[in-house]
Amino acid sequence: MNKLFETAQSIRAEALKMIHAAGSGHPGGSLSCADLLAALYFDELRVRPDRPDWPERDRFVLSKGHAAPAYYAALGLRGYFPREQFSSFRRLGGLLQGHPEVTTPGVDAPSGSLGMGLSQGLGMAHAARVCGRPTRVYVLLGDGDMEEGNTWEALMAAPHQGITRLVALLDANGLQGDGPVEAQMDYGPAPEKLAAFGWRVQEIDGHDLGEILDALAAAREAGDAPTFVVARTVKGKGVSFMEHDNGWHGSRGLTPGELETALEELEGSAR
Amino acid sequence: MSTGNAGPYPGELLGELRSRAAEIRRRVVQMVYDGGSGHCGGSLSVADILAALYFRELRLDPDRPHWPERDRFVLSKGHACPALYAALAGRGFFDPADLTRFRHLGSPLKGHPERCVPGVETVTGSLGQGISAALGMALGLRRKGSPGRVYAVVGDGEMQEGQVWEALMAAGHFRLDNFTCFVDRNRLQGDGRTEEILDLEPLAEKLRAFRWHVQEIDGHDMAAILGAIDAAKRVRGQPQIIVANTVKGKGVSYMESVPQWHGTAPPTDPELATALAELGAEEAAT
Amino acid sequence: MTGQLAFWSPGEQVSLREAFGRVLCHLGETRSDFWLFDADVAGGTGAKPFADRFPGRVVQFGIAEQNMVAAAAGFAEGNCIPVVAGFASFLMMRAHEQFRTAVAYPGRNVKVCCSHVGVDVGPDGATAQMVEDLAVTRSIPNVTVVVPADANELMLAVPEVLDLDGPVYMRIGRSPAPVVFDRDHRFRIGRATVLADGRDAAIVATGTLVARAVSAAETLRREGVAVRVINLSTIKPLDRDTLLAAARDTGAIVTAEDHNRHGGMGGAVCEFLSQHHPVPVEVVGIDDRFGTSGEAEDLCRHFGLTAADLVAATRRVLARKP
Repeated sequence: MNKLFETAQSIRAEALKMIHAAGSGHPGGSLSCADLLAALYFDELRVRPDRPDWPERDRFVLSKGHAAPAYYAALGLRGYFPREQFSSFRRLGGLLQGHPEVTTPGVDAPSGSLGMGLSQGLGMAHAARVCGRPTRVYVLLGDGDMEEGNTWEALMAAPHQGITRLVALLDANGLQGDGPVEAQMDYGPAPEKLAAFGWRVQEIDGHDLGEILDALAAAREAGDAPTFVVARTVKGKGVSFMEHDNGWHGSRGLTPGELETALEELEGSAR
Repeated sequence: MSTGNAGPYPGELLGELRSRAAEIRRRVVQMVYDGGSGHCGGSLSVADILAALYFRELRLDPDRPHWPERDRFVLSKGHACPALYAALAGRGFFDPADLTRFRHLGSPLKGHPERCVPGVETVTGSLGQGISAALGMALGLRRKGSPGRVYAVVGDGEMQEGQVWEALMAAGHFRLDNFTCFVDRNRLQGDGRTEEILDLEPLAEKLRAFRWHVQEIDGHDMAAILGAIDAAKRVRGQPQIIVANTVKGKGVSYMESVPQWHGTAPPTDPELATALAELGAEEAAT
Repeated sequence: MTGQLAFWSPGEQVSLREAFGRVLCHLGETRSDFWLFDADVAGGTGAKPFADRFPGRVVQFGIAEQNMVAAAAGFAEGNCIPVVAGFASFLMMRAHEQFRTAVAYPGRNVKVCCSHVGVDVGPDGATAQMVEDLAVTRSIPNVTVVVPADANELMLAVPEVLDLDGPVYMRIGRSPAPVVFDRDHRFRIGRATVLADGRDAAIVATGTLVARAVSAAETLRREGVAVRVINLSTIKPLDRDTLLAAARDTGAIVTAEDHNRHGGMGGAVCEFLSQHHPVPVEVVGIDDRFGTSGEAEDLCRHFGLTAADLVAATRRVLARKP
């Protein structure tokens, strides 16, 4: 568990370094989902970084594609590509595009346009079913994804179609691009809505790795319906001056001083 | 959940509205016959709701279709436009004789509603869009402090469109209490039963979670329709949705609950005669 | 029980939707690599016979096109081919972004097959008549755009479409249309076919306008004007060689399509010829208007898409020849 926490902090640190080097990116939503990514890539997902296209692998879709820095950090730390590639983030000709693209090893679906990720994951689960593969599919959504009708189409379809090996995780940090979710478009109450749409709903602290692992384990046990994990998180988590401050949604860089402070805080707590 | 309160509506009023509904239905079948194609089933299922709205509820001025203070109505399930056209003609927005040119080249009464028809508020026919347009109208009326209310009808199949849930979410978020929506819950869609194609249940639970005031009624019981509308108007701080359980093809025996009458083949000569007779008989009985 | 695929005879009036259902059923017997994705319109797209015969190979999404198209992208990622069928306005327009970002950008092997294109749709009116589909599909990178001219060509095209590894948009006419090609026709993606030769002018037609182009050329031939008729059944990638030869040999081009004149096949031909061999071009199509209700044939007259309109356009282009 300590190891996972350290990994989550490394994801955070690498994400911020990437954003600093690129001069732009989305720090707030990258930090809020770092623990979920750490749990997925370093405990849950059956993947083989040496064979990114292994057909039997579990699939992961980052529906909130703007959190790409954290995603890339998780993939790089997991061994999909050398860490030197982190510096190519958002650069012309770089491996790591501003939003995820399938040419990056380990990326299973393009994203960056909110609302499409759960549907793509649903399609992957269908393909696994018709081909008899053991694949499980995980989709990480953001608050903004929940305001897209496309997401609700997928939410309605999956239980009706009998898809069970599908886990949606919501990084519910409560802040979206221009302000708090409650002010912009309150999609809640999420648990009631999702239950009414036929999903097995779990509500957890998205920064408590124990709760995350338990939720993922419970999802694996559930054979009757797809699982939706509402993970309550803090935008900018782990960096004091970023937490709850929507100025850090993106797309902005960090000054060298800001980066230094942030890395110190992350290292301090990881130790 | 509250069920529609029948209320003490005078028998005369109910009788008048029922005969209006029967008239809408007769005109629907005749229109699809004259037009050579069209959607009978979903037009017949929504006829009672339209009769209640157009002949009792909606504050409209047929001589001034754009009167700013008017109530708005949006038929989001635009393929049921024969029923809308019949209601508008009956209410005096245009000459009922124009109905014979439904779907003809050059006629304003096109296969799906457009704004060139007096009384039609917005173009529909692409499922899911009408309810968003109605939401925008309700927002606009509220911002302007207008007393007008907005009514919409969505089809149950239509509720599979994500856009509908975007609109439902937004109306709940904005607490639009000047917005009343009906679901024409006839349980059939183009290619079959809604429950098989993509199940909506538990619908009321979903709608409540989307922060709407929910009522469920028999969509062919005129007193229940009126009661539900009146109850909806008393709700504050919430949009209201009335799940109207209906029968697709209602009123024409051979069309009732028969998926093929979704559209778009017209009735044959004997089918037309049978339908008109049945619909006339229903009127006489009330 | 692999039966022979039954073709129609030239001259018969057949809806391309019927051919779509027939060829899917036929291919369903011989190959197991594709699935039908439906949004409650299999009855309308013509895919219903396949859905009835192979219920286990249909994924029903209800009336939720955005979800269906993005799910198709995910499905294709697992090396299964989704044949996504629907009405063009509702499928290709509502889910256009899903098609662009989830399907085309990663180059997913998804086949989007849309009926209800052009004013050929008939009385349903403008909401269901998509007159912009070629514009919005051919402008997306990675996408191949196929427009069969008749029922037989459609049946020949579908296996090729399935064999091509990448996203394809295919147009399926709704109303009955005359069969032009016989069973020996060779369809190849990216290759146009010359139906009649001539050196005075060329009519480049696509979809249901091909039969009308043939009949316009016959009328003109009787007047002593030799018109080359080209069936451009792939809008993207363009058959540059055939177009270049037509421009060089005839010096006068008419394009014909049941689509907005802006951004469609005529636009594609003009983009190419204006840069490589500029000649006078008359673009016949819908003149930047929405469709309307009416019978398909009446609408063709109303919007100027008949053989007579092609004859008139040919005369205009001949008059513009230097």
